[in-house]
Amino acid sequence: MKKMCRCSRFLLVVVAAVLVWAGLSPVPAEAKKLNVVTSTTDMAALTQEVGGDKVTVEAIAKGYQDPHFVEAKPSFLLKLRNADLLVVVGLQLEIGWLPPLINQCGNARIQVGAPGYLDASQFAEILEKPTGEVTRAMGDVHPLGNPHYWLDPDNGRRIARGIAEKLSELDAGDASYFQQQLQDFEKRLATAEQKWEAEMKPYQGRKVVTYHNSFPNFARHFHLNVIGYVEPRPGIPPTPSHTIELIGLMKRENCKIILVEPYFDLKTPNSVASNTGGKVVVYLPSVGGEKQVTNYFQLFDYDIDLLTKAFQATQ
Amino acid sequence: MKNLIVGAAVLVLFAGQLAAQQSNNQAQADSTDTAALQQKIRDLEDRLIALEGQVRMLKSAQAPSAPAPGAEASAETPAQAPAPAPTPVTSVTSAGGQLPVYGGASAAAKALNPDISVIGDFIGAAGGNPSLPLATLQPFPSLQMHESEVGLQAIIDPYARGDFFISFGEEGVNLEEGFITFTALPGNFVAKVGKMRSAFGKVNTLHNHVLPWIDRPLVTTNLVGDEDGIDDAGVSVEHILPAPKGLFLDLTGQVFRGDSGDVFRASKRSDVSTVDHLRAYKDITESTNLDIGFSYARGHSADKVGSLIPLSSDFITNLYGVDATLRWKPLRRSIYHSFVARSEFIWSQRQQFPSEQRAFGFYTSAEYQLGRRWFLGGRYDRSDRAQFANLTDEGGSVLLTYWPSEFSQIRGQYRFTKYAENIDAHELLMQVIFSLGAHGAHPF
Repeated sequence: MKKMCRCSRFLLVVVAAVLVWAGLSPVPAEAKKLNVVTSTTDMAALTQEVGGDKVTVEAIAKGYQDPHFVEAKPSFLLKLRNADLLVVVGLQLEIGWLPPLINQCGNARIQVGAPGYLDASQFAEILEKPTGEVTRAMGDVHPLGNPHYWLDPDNGRRIARGIAEKLSELDAGDASYFQQQLQDFEKRLATAEQKWEAEMKPYQGRKVVTYHNSFPNFARHFHLNVIGYVEPRPGIPPTPSHTIELIGLMKRENCKIILVEPYFDLKTPNSVASNTGGKVVVYLPSVGGEKQVTNYFQLFDYDIDLLTKAFQATQ
Repeated sequence: MKNLIVGAAVLVLFAGQLAAQQSNNQAQADSTDTAALQQKIRDLEDRLIALEGQVRMLKSAQAPSAPAPGAEASAETPAQAPAPAPTPVTSVTSAGGQLPVYGGASAAAKALNPDISVIGDFIGAAGGNPSLPLATLQPFPSLQMHESEVGLQAIIDPYARGDFFISFGEEGVNLEEGFITFTALPGNFVAKVGKMRSAFGKVNTLHNHVLPWIDRPLVTTNLVGDEDGIDDAGVSVEHILPAPKGLFLDLTGQVFRGDSGDVFRASKRSDVSTVDHLRAYKDITESTNLDIGFSYARGHSADKVGSLIPLSSDFITNLYGVDATLRWKPLRRSIYHSFVARSEFIWSQRQQFPSEQRAFGFYTSAEYQLGRRWFLGGRYDRSDRAQFANLTDEGGSVLLTYWPSEFSQIRGQYRFTKYAENIDAHELLMQVIFSLGAHGAHPF
């Protein structure tokens, strides 16, 4: 017994020593770069635009992954524990996976309330904010508004400004650099916006159906009309009765386009399309949804190219 | 005359050109004015949106009373953004710790309340399973509101958060967990103080509603205190250890009072129990990962159900565990297909009268997600009994789970148990789990 006690005490001492050693180990001195982690690739792309080579940016979720359902893998803790800044989409998009990561990472700088935690939704125009009672009978609704707000170039510009402000706050020495980067980004975005708007102008008012309600900001900016969803309610898989209703709606409204996010199954959309003579378009809600889409500009280039071709094909 | 005509023509042309130029200039000026006005409208729109954002953040912020470390300094940094700047609210409130509030207009009034959730766990059972005097596995009644778990969770202040899980059974109330987590400690340490499920293995850390089965494996029942497991008041310190790139190494050390159901018992203050857990995790590919853990627990032996001889308080129980979990979830179709295989091996070394008992047990299980709502699983169990290590129980289960939505699930389990007494039990278990309110996500 005594032997066991000694053994256990020794183990405790070893554990304590390892913990103290680990805690006191010097963190490798990084260059001056700010270490930014973002919840999604879109926030990473915008941070990279304004942070330039003064930041290293990593996103947790991949662009082709459903951002509502990301596994809170321990490997993400390795990213978060050394982060100077965490940029999140907010509006409860990440509520199912990000809070435990923040709690467990042991990084005081990025805790909710700390200077290194940035909720980008505060800078963006948020649509579909519920005004009445919200219950789960409505599906997996977001009580604070639709969180898919980055798909509007105006919001992209606003978020970039907010991020530039935060980067300047955290690294005051490079504030002028971040502002320069921001101005450059805004200029390029203004030019690109003109091009995108010209490309989409012939299709203003066209009716579309989306799988999930992740398209309102894009639709509003480019004057498209979303008339229905493949999901009967947000987060609820398609049901036969709803699918029949949707087919009827599309026929009545002469709607031919079904937009589907890359992480949803195509079986129901294909069935709807074959019954309505429509076309399924797998659009990208996020940067990185396809290999060639590596920044915020390419995201709109890709989607607008897909949409204009689909509209032409279904004239 | 000819010269006069030419001169007049030149004059007219010049005048025309001048008028055209003036008109162009006017048009250009108008166009510049319009662009400026448009820009002004955009700027005003941006300012309005920024103000809306501030109001939203203030409404949903947790409003911590003390500023976060370094907040003052960062708030003083001059804003250098060209107008219109997004003007975020100051550091402390800009964090936007958004509570999942419901009810629209009354949201602000609820903003300071903790997240409140209730999870109901209803179990039905059919088939035969005798209640054997020396067995630790207690059969479920025919119909039972097994547990109603109330969760209260909130950020306490910029340095900590609090979590309470109160479990209402049909016959009583139990504080399953209630602890404060210090999230802003120096040196990347995370500490918890309160009553908590210990970090021994995998199953012991899980609440009933996140188990992939209706029951707990035989090895948990026989060696680690069944449903309550090692769940005690104490202190926990966790730290991510330095490791080669891509490898996650995490060490947890815990000290508890020493009272954990029928595993440990403290008869005096010095009878504390300890639990240590080393976790190694690696992403093999983007879709596949491996999670391995080593656990050790030590405490003073508790009386077991059916024990006739009181234990001496000097008797010690040591538990050793190894757990392994392999997960596969293709990211592009993560909501439709996944696979999890897990196994846990536990050794118990229990001092008791008249002789020390060395017991061993394990389970191995697998679960495959057939579609968005359907999961199919199986489990094999084998375990000695802690107090009678020569008695070994064995069993197996097949499970089918249906998720109508993220917030409810219906599960069926066929369970076969072969008791050491040479008695077989065939049971059909049914479970309905339903969740109300905002229940915080559990760690991976």
